[in-house]
Amino acid sequence: MHPAIVMAILFYLFSTGAYLVYLFIQRDITQRVGCMFLGAGFACQSIAIIQELLITGHMPVSNLHQTLAIVSWALAGAFLMLYFRFKLKVLGVYTAPIAAFILIAATRFSSQPQTLQTVNVLKGFWLIVHIVTIFLGDAAFVLAAGAGLLYLLQERSIKNKTRGFFFKRLPSLDLLDTTGYACIVSGFTMLTIGLITGMIAAKNVWGHFWSWDAKEVWSAITWIFYAVLLHERLTMGWRGRRAAVMALIGLAVLLFTFLGVNLLLTGHHGQFTQF
Amino acid sequence: MDKLILIGMNHKTAAVEIRECLAFSDEQTRKALVNLRSFPSIQEVILLSTCNRVELLICAGDYEKAVCDAKNFLAAFKGLKLNQFEDSLYLYQAEQAVRHLFRVSASLDSMVVGEPQILGQVKAAYRTATEEKTSGVILNRLLHKALFVAKRIRTETGIGGHAVSISYAAIELARKIFGGLQGKPVLLIGAGEMAELAVEHLLRNRAGTIFVANRTFDRGVELAARFKGTAIRFEEIESILGQVDIVISSTGARGYVLERSTVKGLMRGRRNRPVFFIDIAVPRDIDPMVNELNNVYVYDIDDLKGVIDENLKDRQREAIKAERVIDEAVIQFRSWFRELDVIPTIKALRSKIQDTARLEMQRTLEQMEHLSSEDHACIERMLRAFVNKILHEPTRYLKRSGCSKDRSASLDVARKLFGLDESEF
Repeated sequence: MHPAIVMAILFYLFSTGAYLVYLFIQRDITQRVGCMFLGAGFACQSIAIIQELLITGHMPVSNLHQTLAIVSWALAGAFLMLYFRFKLKVLGVYTAPIAAFILIAATRFSSQPQTLQTVNVLKGFWLIVHIVTIFLGDAAFVLAAGAGLLYLLQERSIKNKTRGFFFKRLPSLDLLDTTGYACIVSGFTMLTIGLITGMIAAKNVWGHFWSWDAKEVWSAITWIFYAVLLHERLTMGWRGRRAAVMALIGLAVLLFTFLGVNLLLTGHHGQFTQF
Repeated sequence: MDKLILIGMNHKTAAVEIRECLAFSDEQTRKALVNLRSFPSIQEVILLSTCNRVELLICAGDYEKAVCDAKNFLAAFKGLKLNQFEDSLYLYQAEQAVRHLFRVSASLDSMVVGEPQILGQVKAAYRTATEEKTSGVILNRLLHKALFVAKRIRTETGIGGHAVSISYAAIELARKIFGGLQGKPVLLIGAGEMAELAVEHLLRNRAGTIFVANRTFDRGVELAARFKGTAIRFEEIESILGQVDIVISSTGARGYVLERSTVKGLMRGRRNRPVFFIDIAVPRDIDPMVNELNNVYVYDIDDLKGVIDENLKDRQREAIKAERVIDEAVIQFRSWFRELDVIPTIKALRSKIQDTARLEMQRTLEQMEHLSSEDHACIERMLRAFVNKILHEPTRYLKRSGCSKDRSASLDVARKLFGLDESEF
């Protein structure tokens, strides 16, 4: 295992610990420490990824080990961006453990690179853009689901007038809703760029933009799902509870597109999740 | 520390009739302080008078006499007989007095635990005493410590956190829904003290336009003028509901003013932007079923009371933490007080100078390896004589001041001059 990955796992775990302490004692310093650890983990992973990129000339996504590592990297990166924009501190309680979990899960799979033929498919500028944007977009959708989850918790405590553990600890409904919306907008933008560059790359490698592969079809379904969600929000005012529930359903669709398609169906993105 | 005395009464020990008889205005406080200071038994004095308490903090020369003088003075100054109020008085001495003062300043002894005004009142009482020059070294130190402890408790515990009044509780909830309240339009239906108070809080939080709907339009216009808002007719409520985010309702109506179906119809036009109904009326104005709609939140007066009860319980829990902070502060103050005596001060001064001299000597000798051990002994002797000569006058001065009245003042100066209390505060 790459030493930078080991460091990243440790940092993500420390970050998780700091955020959990923050959840209970609500001292600002603890969440800042958590954020710094998360940033440190992100930096370690970035080093590992850039090193790989320089050595092999393509993004390290040729097996499940590398793909999952990229997911946790993108998640941490997306959270850091969100943190500086919205100051939604408590979302770290959701992000840090997920990033840690995914990266640990990644190390459970073999990190041996795949056969030369598939590796060749991964070369090229459009593919690098495709991979980075798709993963960042997915990470933004994961964060949107996190904000949605927190929204539902907070909404329930206000509605039922129970005001339990979470009421004091979670921010206002408005902030959670706005953050979720911002995540979905940026995720959708990334996803759109990712799909377009993916098509260009497909044209370069296989000679056609679209081949009705299962992965492609489900990606389109995901895209349409989020497009409808955004459209309904802008025209019909799908906000609050419904938007939060939709963000969670969106995550399920996304997970199926990302993992379910590869494990249950067959297609040309298969090698990413080989183990 | 036996010199410290605290005599007083508060809302627990004295009924309001007695407390009003003994309350001091600012002017009276000043006069009383000067009078009290003129008693030979009383060296320093501070008087705290609020609507819930009257307390005299005294640094006395003679304990028995000071207590007697202070009590008689209170009676004489207020034109009462001592036995009319003596039963309501409590008397604390030494550590107990210190602890009581800390608890009062930290608002642990207040009627509503954690209310913030008391700190300002203690500050004002202290300022008055310093202006009248009735507070000296000991009470200065004690009050500084008390204010410091109170602030620390306020920041480190949640004792002042969360609303304990209906209108504040409503604002707090609104914040949890909307985040900031800036520019949020408000509709006030009906009138009433509590509702108007809530509107005032909202305005202080820079809420947007205030609409006022009243059955009697004239009354509505009057209220709207007070809040610089707009008066609307009662029939217009439904049309304005599409615009406002917060609705405070407090009418005398028998039935519901707003039904579920009415509000449901509105949400589409609002594009589901959230709306918060605060129903202070009894019987209720807003159908509780409205709360089941998405993005609509309804709190009635019982809900708000529930919130307050919970917050009060929270404050009680936090008060336990605060007591721990106070224990710590009392111990610190006691050790400062104990040190503020002639013998410990002389000892501390001597060891400080000696240690400094020895340290410097060692440092120099390490660099001068060519000196023989006899030379070393010689230098050491010189240094010892030097330290003794330097300490001679300060020691004599401190011993002599031991008999004078302003002993604590000169001790305090000596300790500050040589930095003997550096480790503290």
